Amino acid sequence: MSFYVESRRRRYAASVVLAGLAAFPLLAQALDQGFYVSLMSRVLIYALAATSLNLVLGFGGMVSFGHAAFVGLGAYTVALLTSAGAVSAWVAWPAAVAVSALAALFVGAVSLRTRGVYFIMITLAFAQMLYYLIVSLKTWGGDDGLPLAARNILGAGIDLKDDANFYYAVLACLVATLLLVGRLIRSRFGRVIQGIRENEARMEAIGYPVFGYKLACFTIGGALAGLAGALLVNQTGLASPNQMFWTQSGMLLVMVVLGGVGSLYGGALGAAALLILEEVLSGYTIHWQLGVGAVLLTVVFLAPHGLAGLATVVARKRHG
Amino acid sequence: MTQLVLEQALNGLQFGLMLFLLAAGLTLVFGIMDMINLAHGSLYMVGAYIAASVAEQSGSFVLAVIVAVGATAIIGALLELAVLRRLYRRDHLSQVLATFALILVSNEAVRMIWGDQPVMLAMPEALSGPVEIGGFMYPAYRLLIVVVGVVAAASLYLLVAKTRLGMWVRAGASNREMAQAMGVDVRRLFTIVFAIGAALCALAGALLGPLLAVQVGMGESILILAFVVIVIGGIGSVRGALVGSLIVGVSDTLGRALLPTLLREIVPLEIAASLGPALASILIYLLMATILFWRPEGLFPARA
Repeated sequence: MSFYVESRRRRYAASVVLAGLAAFPLLAQALDQGFYVSLMSRVLIYALAATSLNLVLGFGGMVSFGHAAFVGLGAYTVALLTSAGAVSAWVAWPAAVAVSALAALFVGAVSLRTRGVYFIMITLAFAQMLYYLIVSLKTWGGDDGLPLAARNILGAGIDLKDDANFYYAVLACLVATLLLVGRLIRSRFGRVIQGIRENEARMEAIGYPVFGYKLACFTIGGALAGLAGALLVNQTGLASPNQMFWTQSGMLLVMVVLGGVGSLYGGALGAAALLILEEVLSGYTIHWQLGVGAVLLTVVFLAPHGLAGLATVVARKRHG
Repeated sequence: MTQLVLEQALNGLQFGLMLFLLAAGLTLVFGIMDMINLAHGSLYMVGAYIAASVAEQSGSFVLAVIVAVGATAIIGALLELAVLRRLYRRDHLSQVLATFALILVSNEAVRMIWGDQPVMLAMPEALSGPVEIGGFMYPAYRLLIVVVGVVAAASLYLLVAKTRLGMWVRAGASNREMAQAMGVDVRRLFTIVFAIGAALCALAGALLGPLLAVQVGMGESILILAFVVIVIGGIGSVRGALVGSLIVGVSDTLGRALLPTLLREIVPLEIAASLGPALASILIYLLMATILFWRPEGLFPARA
């Protein structure tokens, strides 16, 4: 392990993918396959959520098993604000980010006193507490969740009710997040948190306030998860407690590990691979979960550093 | 009121003992092999399904439990030899990914064999009525679960504390490398421990089958409780798992039964009605967070 360095080749590949994603709705509409635009919006939203977890997990070295709680909080914030009349995306989405950031600040401040497996379990505990609290609140829909009457209003003549417009809004959020996270991990802050991941005791001895750095990283990760939640509730039209259950947190972890822990595009890659695999397999058989499980097992044994790691190995082999 | 408390305390004891059957295997796997096994709950599910099938075919509940325990132990051992053995040296994240994949595979396999609908597992006819203990009526079947749970816990204690195998297990949990250097065949020990853990899972699944629904996904909800138990008790410690299970089982059951009533005394009815169940569900997580705050290694740390 060392500091994350983004190769020129990888940046080139990323811009090709971005161009493809930008052209995607036009292509789908030309082929009269509008359904796929909505599907890809979902993929991009999960890519954002997984990227936010990868910042905490891959660069900060904190295995958070409750990340879905911050996604869910963002979704509920938007649903509540919208039903209260705050329909503007410029109000509701930043509010979702702020609420999730505050929650992450609190959870992190308590959980970061423990480490290792105990940290995993205590973050899980907080997420489960929130899940049960929301389920029991009948005024917020309880088990059934809280519906969003209509997608938020962006202004400037862009109607998010149109799936293609919503897709571009999601894509813009994802690109902004990737730029932000990329910037962050190259900065001094990013070097310090990666240093802490490698050797916490040494960083502490050098004089860095380790707890503060980790808490900041955890909070930023939570805030970005809140943004993913705000987008998710707009996509599905429902803020549901199921979005906060521990299996969802597990799913996000699986996406990150599948894509590549501690690789800038790892989270996005894993989210896309998993969701598209699910979609393709479920078209062939109702027992698609069996296939997903088999693919995940294969990845664990054949590609220990995830898909991003696999790409690096292939590229190295080809270019000697 | 006292009768309600007593009855719920017995229910809590029963739930705690069943949790212990799951947590004991989980804590040993975690403690000795340093392995996070999310698929532990799947063995509990498989055990319950096998018991339901055998009970339906043969009509004998006892036979169903015995077959379920034996078959699941074999499945557990095969799983260890085929997949899990390759994961011990990997980091926790790879283990999470691989065992999460195993959950997907086993859920789908169960769905292919037994279908989507929950399966019925009937309790033995003779035990379906209540019995009188100390002046109040209590379901005979639940009492049987308590008895079997106590016997299983006691035999596990004897196995771990008094036998050679148990000594190896304890040695492995407190220091794996040292145990290996002293000549313990850790590889074989791992397979045996895993098979025992799987058998205990199946016992819990078969016994709880008539009380809860036997369905796909039943493993996931109880798995997290078992993790809470072993973290409270201290990873790798069977004694800790027992104490943790009883704490979680009793406080969860009593909380669910009594908190809504108690809340009604202090806050308005409609708030109590929605807050009560929430607080009861949150209680055990709050308990875990509090215990970890004061004792970050759990109540009985195995690695002294």
